[in-house]
Amino acid sequence: MNYFPDEVIEHIFDSIASHRDRNSISLVCKSWHKIERCSRKKVFIGNCYAIDPERLIGRFPCLKSLTLKGKPHFADFNLVPHEWGGFVHPWIDALARARVGLEELRLKRMVVSDESLELLSRSFANFKSLVLVSCEGFTTDGLASIAANCRHLRELDLQENEIDDHRGQWLNCFPDSCITLTSLNFACLKGETNLAALERLVARSPNLKSLKVNRAVPLDALTRLMSCAPQLVDLGVGSYENEPDPESFAKLSAAINKCTSLRCLSGFSEVAPRCLPAFYPICQNLISLNLSYAAEIQGNHLIKFIQFCKRLQRLWILDSIGDKGLEVVASACKELQELRVFPSDLHGEEDNDAAVTEVGLVAISAGCRKLHSILYFCKQMTNAALITVAKNCPNFIRFRLCILEPNKPDHITSQSLDEGFGAIVQACKGLRRLSVSGLLTDKVFLYIGMYAEQLEMLSIAFAGDTDQGMLYVLNGCKKLRKLEIRDSPFGNAALLADVEKYETMRSLWMSSCDVTLGGCKRLARDAPWLNVEIINENESNGMEQNEEDEREKVDRLYLYRTVVGTRKDAPSCVTIL
Amino acid sequence: MEKVGVCDDFVNLKATELRLGLPGTEDGCEEEKEKVSCGKSNKRALPETEKEIESTGKTEASPPKAQIVGWPPVRSYRKNSFQTKKNESEGQGMYVKVSMDGAPYLRKIDLTVYKQYPELMKSLENMFKFSVGEYFEREGYKGSDFVPTYEDKDGDWMLVGDVPWEMFVSSCKRLRIMKGSEVKGLGCGV
Repeated sequence: MNYFPDEVIEHIFDSIASHRDRNSISLVCKSWHKIERCSRKKVFIGNCYAIDPERLIGRFPCLKSLTLKGKPHFADFNLVPHEWGGFVHPWIDALARARVGLEELRLKRMVVSDESLELLSRSFANFKSLVLVSCEGFTTDGLASIAANCRHLRELDLQENEIDDHRGQWLNCFPDSCITLTSLNFACLKGETNLAALERLVARSPNLKSLKVNRAVPLDALTRLMSCAPQLVDLGVGSYENEPDPESFAKLSAAINKCTSLRCLSGFSEVAPRCLPAFYPICQNLISLNLSYAAEIQGNHLIKFIQFCKRLQRLWILDSIGDKGLEVVASACKELQELRVFPSDLHGEEDNDAAVTEVGLVAISAGCRKLHSILYFCKQMTNAALITVAKNCPNFIRFRLCILEPNKPDHITSQSLDEGFGAIVQACKGLRRLSVSGLLTDKVFLYIGMYAEQLEMLSIAFAGDTDQGMLYVLNGCKKLRKLEIRDSPFGNAALLADVEKYETMRSLWMSSCDVTLGGCKRLARDAPWLNVEIINENESNGMEQNEEDEREKVDRLYLYRTVVGTRKDAPSCVTIL
Repeated sequence: MEKVGVCDDFVNLKATELRLGLPGTEDGCEEEKEKVSCGKSNKRALPETEKEIESTGKTEASPPKAQIVGWPPVRSYRKNSFQTKKNESEGQGMYVKVSMDGAPYLRKIDLTVYKQYPELMKSLENMFKFSVGEYFEREGYKGSDFVPTYEDKDGDWMLVGDVPWEMFVSSCKRLRIMKGSEVKGLGCGV
């Protein structure tokens, strides 16, 4: 290879997209390292505190696309204080000053401010794509800057962010000259939408393939939007509480019929069930369907709809579909690859007989042999069911099971679910992500450590008996990158057994476990290349240095490898050892 | 007494025995098993009393399950979107307690009858016979000894008026009209 001029090698590298492969390439030799880094366009940073923007820019000067993740995963469940960190501003600032030709920015669980968005919009002339997932800290004013200043904007995708809706005219801020939009998703905005501005924008965007509107876009507006964008591939529907009159229904049906390219459907946060049949004509084309916010649609309506979706590959649904509904999915959706079943009753207030059980899961595994990813919230499970599922679907790469009641055993045998999960890890040789729940002893971790060779991410809650459980995992899972544990009896012995292991991992989260302050301090001493963060219950709880505290259990521990040492932006409730 | 003694030994042996049989097939071990199954739960486990209630059959107004922080593991965004919908669709309104510093008893108001902050403020002012001053985005409320605050989903005490109305309604758990010296700490320019 070294006989080729650099340009040729670079050309060969261009065809390699995966960042992991590119990382491997850069380790081959100095010359490849140099060629690779100068030609690298896309960089993925799984933990924004593992590195700093200056080093990023120094190594990859030709960067065009950056993906950053901030808060740890359990921040999604209110286990991380809002002010913990994950600010994007320093990154945008540094990239702007270095005049990097940034075109795409994808952020997950980060804090984004209006100032950051304004700076972003003014600093990168070729900026094309902004994707924000589970972020917070900004308002529609920030969106207005993006709309107004990014001349070549193609994609603005806002997924499940907490956005302060100032009900300003941000949609109006797209100049008339903006005709390049391919994707617009503002489903998470809670306020009113300027419908006229939206319609004008859609009408002048011939390349618009993906449009996801918020609840404030009513039926007649949707009809008009679809009429001027029949090329849509991905549609997120707003809300319509009232049953449509025959004329409106007819218009909607006509518009939908024209959208022959429609493959993905989502939204429906408030929908009168009789609107759903308007979409029947395009069911057979759908490959992705997200009805997980459609709390108003009852199981039988869902079933009627889904039975026509023969080509479905991805389905996100609420457990109101019931086991019977899942049986219908199993018989209709033979191409299904990813299924997520979310709980509709989050407060345990209703005795929900319609919710799903192990019966639905087994039915799906029997009918959908191509299934490789599942997230399943249910109220009960059995080992027998899991063993059957493992036999039916050995191709799982993601398997996340959440039994709603912590510590719940096999509801028929009253045993722990060790054997069931054991069967899953043994059969699914390619398993990369696993979440376990229900009554579990150390044994399940023995199985995981023994069989889950490709496992990269493991989530544990209310499980295990002793430190041995955690040790099985740390010793056995060679490819483990992220481990998150809550409310489980693992302590210092497990934490400190193999400090070097954390160098191979992105991060470890432990909350309400048995690790003590003393143990954490010891770890921080032995591994200076780790940031060991203790997140306290209240801000006022400063870390006193007296001996007593060493034995106190740490409420929340988050540690991660980093090449840039202690971060400077930690709030007072976080102590970095 | 003798019987109990024998049972105790029996139980102890059982605890150390490795077996493949299904538990729960012997008598007298139900209680032990029950303890084992919830003994593993940690600090934030569901209370024992809950199990008692379930076994005596559901009576009216069974207390809600103890809410464990961050459980079930569903994104806040998703949880919040259902909460709002639930309140809206219930039609029973969203009643929250309102306390006023110095008042002898609390009141309750239905947040869903108001469309925006000014309406809520007027209603509170009428109810407690006070006046709330003017709201400024940066400084908070100026011109009065009274400041309206609320407790949000995370248990934090927040100033009423900062977030959009819908967000406020969906996250407000209770209201408190703070008065006097405490108010100074909020930097309200009083």
